[in-house]
Amino acid sequence: MDLRRYPGFRAMTLLCLVILYTPLIVITVYSFNASTSITTWGGFSWRWYADVFTGPEAPRFRAAAWNSLTIALIAATTATLIATAAAVAMVRGGRFRGKSATFTLINLPLMVPEIVIAVATLIFFSMIGLTTGYLTILIAHITFCIPFAYLPIAARLQGIEATYEQAARDLYATRAQAFRLILLPLMMPGVISGYLLAFIISLDDFIITNFVKGAGMETLPTAIFGSVKQGIKPNIMAISTMMLAVSVLLVTLSYFVNRAGQKTRA
Amino acid sequence: MNVSVDIRQVVKRYGTVTALHGVSMAIGENEFFTLLGPSGCGKTTLLRCIAGFEDVSGGEIRLHGQNIAALEPNHRPVNTVFQQYALFPHMTVRDNVAFGLKMKGMGLAERNARAGKMLEMVHLSAFADRLPAQLSGGQQQRVALARALAPEPKVLLLDEPLSALDLKLRQAMRVELKQLQETTGITFIFVTHDQEEALTMSDRIAVMSQGHVQQIGTARDIYEAPVNRFVADFIGETNLLPVTVESVAQGVAAVTLPGGHRITCAAAGMAPGPHHVSIRPERLSIVPTGGDLDVVVERVVYLGSDLQLLTRLDSGAALHLRMQNSARGQVPAPGTRIGLQLEEGAARLLAD
Ligand SMILES: Nc1ncnc2c1ncn2[C@@H]1O[C@H](COP(=O)(O)OP(=O)(O)OP(=O)(O)O)[C@@H](O)[C@H]1O
Ligand SMILES: [Mg+2]
Repeated sequence: MDLRRYPGFRAMTLLCLVILYTPLIVITVYSFNASTSITTWGGFSWRWYADVFTGPEAPRFRAAAWNSLTIALIAATTATLIATAAAVAMVRGGRFRGKSATFTLINLPLMVPEIVIAVATLIFFSMIGLTTGYLTILIAHITFCIPFAYLPIAARLQGIEATYEQAARDLYATRAQAFRLILLPLMMPGVISGYLLAFIISLDDFIITNFVKGAGMETLPTAIFGSVKQGIKPNIMAISTMMLAVSVLLVTLSYFVNRAGQKTRA
Repeated sequence: MNVSVDIRQVVKRYGTVTALHGVSMAIGENEFFTLLGPSGCGKTTLLRCIAGFEDVSGGEIRLHGQNIAALEPNHRPVNTVFQQYALFPHMTVRDNVAFGLKMKGMGLAERNARAGKMLEMVHLSAFADRLPAQLSGGQQQRVALARALAPEPKVLLLDEPLSALDLKLRQAMRVELKQLQETTGITFIFVTHDQEEALTMSDRIAVMSQGHVQQIGTARDIYEAPVNRFVADFIGETNLLPVTVESVAQGVAAVTLPGGHRITCAAAGMAPGPHHVSIRPERLSIVPTGGDLDVVVERVVYLGSDLQLLTRLDSGAALHLRMQNSARGQVPAPGTRIGLQLEEGAARLLAD
């Protein structure tokens, strides 16, 4: 059956696309606006990009960007390692007690409202006496990145038949060698996808970060939010456009990695 | 016979399902040994137990006297050709073949040379640098063989390796496999549910059913001297007739056929009473008078070089026979009553 034959399918799709993408297009276009106004077009200019790097708010943005980047790198790496181990245990570990409970536990952060996690995490940190700051942001990010890294890795792993590892074991490979030489290369596209997804999610997070960041610590999203509270200036559009570009780049990368992965399957 | 693999009372349970009920068999060195049986009888399970992918629930698997049932797969000098080949998709054909050698610690130059030799043996030298996905099914099959043979295992396990190939290729591979086994001198344990494959390739065959070994013997043994109804029925075509054993003396049974005629059969420790005999259709012939069985012809089926006669005994039991389609032979018309003579030793008394 062809979905496109449904009456109104085209119009509905178009409407969704417009609602989704018009703001992004507007922001991207107006980030190149020469005028100080955010609503009237004053010609093409790079001035707001220059402002982001050299303007009065530049040191704040630079510090925030550095925090965002390092947190995203560490959180994505750690979450990917944990998610990979979890995926191997869940997909290859056979049946074990508490398997479905474990699955729920891994994926819970996807289902619990973010604001609840934010509040709960903050309360937890203050209960154990951890001062909010870089470390608390990092811990929170690692935690909520795990399910995002887990899903593509587990999906990839599910598509890899266990006979490959058995063939390796049969040909005198130890468990570790079978993992390193056979399973890991085969699941690598999933691992990279998971890593990139976790990276974007961390880079992008606002709610949880805002709760656990503590005074004086900023990541890019919280810094942007802070700026916007004083009124929207076009430099915010420039910074947002740059973040959008990074996201699009990573998603595209993830797509191509996955597609290359399809080809290596026998 | 020097025993290579000695399987003793192997039991395998999956939860409440018992896949193998105390299976025993002794497989000789250099033997082409086949596990044959219907789907679900436990062939793959037994093979996986020998390879080490499954832990046995009981019993021993001895390889040249040493019990290997508790060893990890990488510590067993046994290699497997998987049904779907399981070639490593991210490695070239050469690296696939050399993988086992690498794991055994052989140096790069040496193992590549040896992989080259193995590929030559399976006529794939030109494909060494390709990825498995760039090969046809038959070529992948041969790479899988070369990969499993490269480390010179004591035993090669093959799980329905030909089932994914088309008929022509399958027949060619049968010959190639048999030749490989003879030139390498490695014990082959071959799994199939195709009896023709089993009969044409094997030195000996173990017929399995529902986790039990029914009979072990040469193709001739299991075809001509099936020990029970399952084997007689599973291997080739046969007629199973209910008979009465009147008496048994010195390994010979006096048997009354349906219709009252008496014959003698070889009987291995059978008590008098109701039993079954198996009679192969090609071992019955039509006689004008004094046959062992009286039947009415129901249908004549033309099979080219042969004719198949479907007949019925007065007792209502069906009986089919084959006769050569020669121009001289008189073909009885449906509805006529004919007498059938059993060839000497054609009736096999079955233990049930
Ligand atoms: N992992 C498992 N868990 C539970 N039962 C299993 C498992 N593997 C096999 N079995 C059962 O054990 C029995 C034997 O299976 P096996 O795969 O050995 O059959 P087979 O003879 O190889 O059949 P086929 O010709 O279809 O491949 C079957 O009844 C099957 O359902
Ligand atoms: Mg099987």
